[in-house]
Amino acid sequence: MALRDIAIVGTVQRPSEVNSTFTSVEILLPVIQQLLDKVGIERSDIGFWCHGSCDYMSGQPFSFVAAVDAIGAWPPIIESHVEADGALALYEAWVKIQTGEVDVALVFSNGKTTSGPIDQILSLQTDPYMVAPLKPGFDALAALQARACLDAGVMTERQMAEVASRSRRDANNNAIAFTKGNESVEELLAMPYTMNPLRAHDCATPVDGCNAVILAAGDIARRLAERPAWIRGIDHRIDTQRLGARSMIESSSAAIAAQKAGVGNDRIDVAEIHAPYTHQELLLRNAMGLGESTHINPSGGALVANPLMAAGLARFAEAAESIFAASADRVLAHCTSGPMLQQNLVCVMEGE
Amino acid sequence: MSPASRWRDKKLFVSGTTSHAMVGDVFVAPLEVSYPYKRTVGTLLSRFFTSLSECRLEGTSGSDGRVYFPPAEFDPLTGEQLSEWVSLSDMGTVTTWAWQSTPVEGQPLAHPFAWALITIDGADVPMLHAVDAGSPENIAVGTKVKVRWAQDRPGGVTDIACFDVVGGVS
Repeated sequence: MALRDIAIVGTVQRPSEVNSTFTSVEILLPVIQQLLDKVGIERSDIGFWCHGSCDYMSGQPFSFVAAVDAIGAWPPIIESHVEADGALALYEAWVKIQTGEVDVALVFSNGKTTSGPIDQILSLQTDPYMVAPLKPGFDALAALQARACLDAGVMTERQMAEVASRSRRDANNNAIAFTKGNESVEELLAMPYTMNPLRAHDCATPVDGCNAVILAAGDIARRLAERPAWIRGIDHRIDTQRLGARSMIESSSAAIAAQKAGVGNDRIDVAEIHAPYTHQELLLRNAMGLGESTHINPSGGALVANPLMAAGLARFAEAAESIFAASADRVLAHCTSGPMLQQNLVCVMEGE
Repeated sequence: MSPASRWRDKKLFVSGTTSHAMVGDVFVAPLEVSYPYKRTVGTLLSRFFTSLSECRLEGTSGSDGRVYFPPAEFDPLTGEQLSEWVSLSDMGTVTTWAWQSTPVEGQPLAHPFAWALITIDGADVPMLHAVDAGSPENIAVGTKVKVRWAQDRPGGVTDIACFDVVGGVS
């Protein structure tokens, strides 16, 4: 079966905030309306709606259903939800358009990360018998991975601080980012450990946020955008849930996903990597084979604003915008999920 | 030992009062948000949790000869059900660690401790647990550790209270 050409034709992201009191509908409604206006289409033009969010974070089963109020369910619509990052919702929408059933899809995601102790809430994702009863936070699990990498000589604490310093500087130019700064590598290395070997700046800033993108097929995409971001390859791989059985010093699922998505077939101008910890960016760069010629996370990345369930789709939005602006011709968007980079989704997009 | 007798209670987010009562003119009813059911843990975890409650460590051996502790029910390579059990000692080696300087309620220790992936002697795949190392200077990759059993052992990973450092850094 020949694959259809599908592209991102528009994106909108809500600026990050903390301790927000908005409901999901209140923050999604204006973002979706703004996106429809920007791309210049009506709700009735959308053939498929797909949503990424997490009920665990709102502490309420089926709370995601409320978000349908933000898109309007009358006249009847075709919609779906993934209990996952919006990047996975984008993957589902891409498959839906591939079936030929629809031509245009709107993908959206939201996460109110700061309304609870997110580090502990996330540990409920781990093995319910062998790991979750110990209540390790995600920072602790990431710190185990970082220690293994440092000990094996895969990276240094200085390289980790370089990732943080660069991300915080780049965030100064991004209205959506939350944590900004101009600290030197030396200044960051002088900070105390928070979860030895991790320091505060090695861990992503949890924020509340939401975003939305529109996907369209073939000539419809060409009509809706001056320079669509064409999806040339997309792949999702998962490592074993058994923490001890994984390599701590490489990401095999990211390497396979990158190879299947065709990352190495040509140069990558910009890579938007979803790395919630500095050492994970370094691990992912190695796994995906990204070299010096690739501009990593010009947005500042998830390190400076990590709205859970929306941070992966945010990488797609940022990467697609660099195609729209013609500042890049071939870009990579990545999303991770689970402890220690358990899941990895990699997508390559190109401009024409 | 009766494997089928091991059940897990699944009760989360319990809140509110536990019995009906009149408070002045107001009738107060309990609000318990919970999943009020029990489930078996299956044949493998039943045997494993029973061994832990009896202060024994047992793993399973995979098709490639690798010994899994905690035991694997299915071979990660072939998918076959694993049935060959291996008795292990209560000693292990730290393969990586992190320092929890401010413990959170419910974690294995209330004072600062190390998280570690620990390979039990005779096993090939490490497990996560806590090490009561006292300070980060006392632990490193290669540190030998020994199981400290919990006083109360209902059958579960927390039957191991934590690990103690037994020797210097190797």
